[in-house]
Amino acid sequence: MIDPVLASRLQFAIAITIHILFASLSVGLAPYLVYFTVQEVRTGEDRYRKLREFWTKVFAVGFVMGTVTGIPMSFMFGTNFSQFSTVAGELIGGPLSFEAKMAFFLEAIFLGILLFGRDRVSGRFYTLSAFFVALGAWLSAFWILVVNSWMQTPRGYEVATNGGTEIVRMTDPLAAFFTPRFPWMFVHMQNAAIISVTLLVAGVAAYFVWQNRESETWNTALRVAVGVLLLTSAFQVVHGDMYGRHVADTQPQKFAAMEAHYDTERGADLHIIAIPTSLEAITDPRADNLYTVSIPYLTSYLASGGDPTAEVTGLDDFEYESPPVAIVFWSFRIMVGLGFWFVFLGTWGAYERWRGGLRDSPRYLIATMLSAPLGFVALVTGWYVTEVGRQPWLIQGVLKTSDGVSPALDGTEALLTLVGVSGSYLFLLGIFLCIVRRLVTAERDDVVDEDDRSVPKWVIADD
Amino acid sequence: MTDPIVEAAYVVGWLPEAWFWLLFGILAIYLVLDGFDFGVGLLYATRETESDRETFHAAFGPIWKANEVWFVLFTTVLFAAYPVAYANLLSRHYLLVFLLLLGLILRGVGIKLRKERDDERWKRYCDYAFVSGSAISPLALGVFIAEWAFGGVPAGVALLGGVALVALCFVLGAAFLALKTRGTLRTEMATYATNGTLVYLALFAVAGGALFGVNSIRLPAVGIAAGATGLCSVGIVTGSRLDQYYVLFGAAAGLAVVFVGFLAGGLYPMIDPVAGLAIRDAVVSPQTLNVTTAMALVFLPAVSIGFAMLYSIFEGVADPDNGY
Repeated sequence: MIDPVLASRLQFAIAITIHILFASLSVGLAPYLVYFTVQEVRTGEDRYRKLREFWTKVFAVGFVMGTVTGIPMSFMFGTNFSQFSTVAGELIGGPLSFEAKMAFFLEAIFLGILLFGRDRVSGRFYTLSAFFVALGAWLSAFWILVVNSWMQTPRGYEVATNGGTEIVRMTDPLAAFFTPRFPWMFVHMQNAAIISVTLLVAGVAAYFVWQNRESETWNTALRVAVGVLLLTSAFQVVHGDMYGRHVADTQPQKFAAMEAHYDTERGADLHIIAIPTSLEAITDPRADNLYTVSIPYLTSYLASGGDPTAEVTGLDDFEYESPPVAIVFWSFRIMVGLGFWFVFLGTWGAYERWRGGLRDSPRYLIATMLSAPLGFVALVTGWYVTEVGRQPWLIQGVLKTSDGVSPALDGTEALLTLVGVSGSYLFLLGIFLCIVRRLVTAERDDVVDEDDRSVPKWVIADD
Repeated sequence: MTDPIVEAAYVVGWLPEAWFWLLFGILAIYLVLDGFDFGVGLLYATRETESDRETFHAAFGPIWKANEVWFVLFTTVLFAAYPVAYANLLSRHYLLVFLLLLGLILRGVGIKLRKERDDERWKRYCDYAFVSGSAISPLALGVFIAEWAFGGVPAGVALLGGVALVALCFVLGAAFLALKTRGTLRTEMATYATNGTLVYLALFAVAGGALFGVNSIRLPAVGIAAGATGLCSVGIVTGSRLDQYYVLFGAAAGLAVVFVGFLAGGLYPMIDPVAGLAIRDAVVSPQTLNVTTAMALVFLPAVSIGFAMLYSIFEGVADPDNGY
């Protein structure tokens, strides 16, 4: 039978990979809903009503999928990682309950109004509902990242004994909630969610503009998304660079895995592009065995924040086993590579806009359509770097993953739920994609018929 | 670590016990609110016309997701206040917990996806998911609760707990729908509430009898629970006969509160008797619980206000044209 530790890890990994897509969809789309709703109520223009209606539908399905896939997560700490829950419950349980109290209720209550209450409440209250749904999504991410960043850089605790078990006890709530990692992770993750949704909005808008280049509604959406993409993607690259330095300081082992850096050396190079020269180099990447395009001294420079000859510790010189280097190394490269692609796409869009019109560049529209899912790919691979890179630790330096799993869990039960959870989560993802496709198809029929009377001339003049 | 650490204390000495009652208070609220959602799902199986089905969806469409959040709150509060009990209970009932989760997934997906396609077969599958999810969830939850409170009872008795909870949800759903519908549909729902109550009483009597042999059950507790259950049942029958639908719903909600109260009373002062954990063994350290208390004092009232607002916006008779 399968090893319960492996099964539990796989199960959690698959569940979180799919859940995180829906969660970031909520986080990233919520500000757009607020923007469209505010514009609709303020200007009364039809294009904003259409955008608000379309994206609210996507948001609602994504939100239900988010709760449906999210509720099991709050149980899996107990079912599969009971040792972790026992050891770290004082630090983990509180924030999770705050998330429920503050975020879930806010979202659930006001989403009901957003979906069913347009005729029952005033325009102002309706706008406020959109705002509260957005706030809920962001608060939810806030508390989850409080928990996760504590697992990366634990603070504000002491190790104590309770009923014969070693547990961590909270000594300083503020230090425990706002660990050194938290601001980095929160900013990077929220911005990643916005970038992902921006690419989705841009891709869908590009598709509709492709169908009907006169569509005022979707040209508006495309223009907004291109502007947002330019700013957020550029910010992400700069922020990511500084974040990397912070990781090198606080989790040097993870940093070494990101660079497949085995030997401790001074003046380490940074491998911008790595191409595996053999099959083995994919599963076991070692900087020496790859065909790389590298910048000399840059890893040392980045890790130390300015010293090109600084020493970077290699994986071989850590006391603990290495994380699965291949996953961390390649995930990191996919994320960073996509990050640069997004900056290029944003810049290109800004240039096309400046030149006269996004809708006149078929090449840009195609590139944007194809890039629609890529933000989520970058986001998930980034999450893998964070989570897989922390291994063998579940809580950095405190508890190993293998020691966190429920001791009495047997392989058969674990395998059963692994299959069940993976199957149902993948099924939900598939259903979600089908529904979004149907929404897009239905909207396309409208867009193609759109005789563009949606925007009265006087409103344009007024703009 | 050589500094003398002044041991922080609970802001009030009885805080660990207060959280025990708060925890079960949250469970009671959850059982009332999502209980009627499950009940709507069960009664949905009796509807043959599309218009009845849409009326049902309209009746609870805007609120079921918010109701479900009380369950997440219950679980996370258990985790936040008594992490060892949370870890023990969930890992010990591994497959049961996943069955419960499966039920919740089926229910949620069934409701949400139904309106996404105008296709008979699609709707039928969504209805299957909705109805089966609405049966599986309370069944698994009931077994879980029975195992928790009376750990070690024969599987048949635990299963009885599950069936009793399904019956209870059925009563709650009928009472809720009696408030949200009019005409013959309403009369029919009130009749279902009465009949469901009779079934629940029978199950309660059998389960009570079976549990009588278990040491942890105290005679006065059983007496009080039986008395209160009888009183609520009278309320349900009377409310249904006299067309007093708020009385009907209030009495049905009372039935759920008694159910939870009986379990909590049976447990106290233990939180997980099977693992030998008393409240004081499982509770988090004073400082942590104080922080959690401060957050709860601020945000639980806010949640209540939000709920009152949501329910007042969507009060009144369900209109099938304004639902799912």
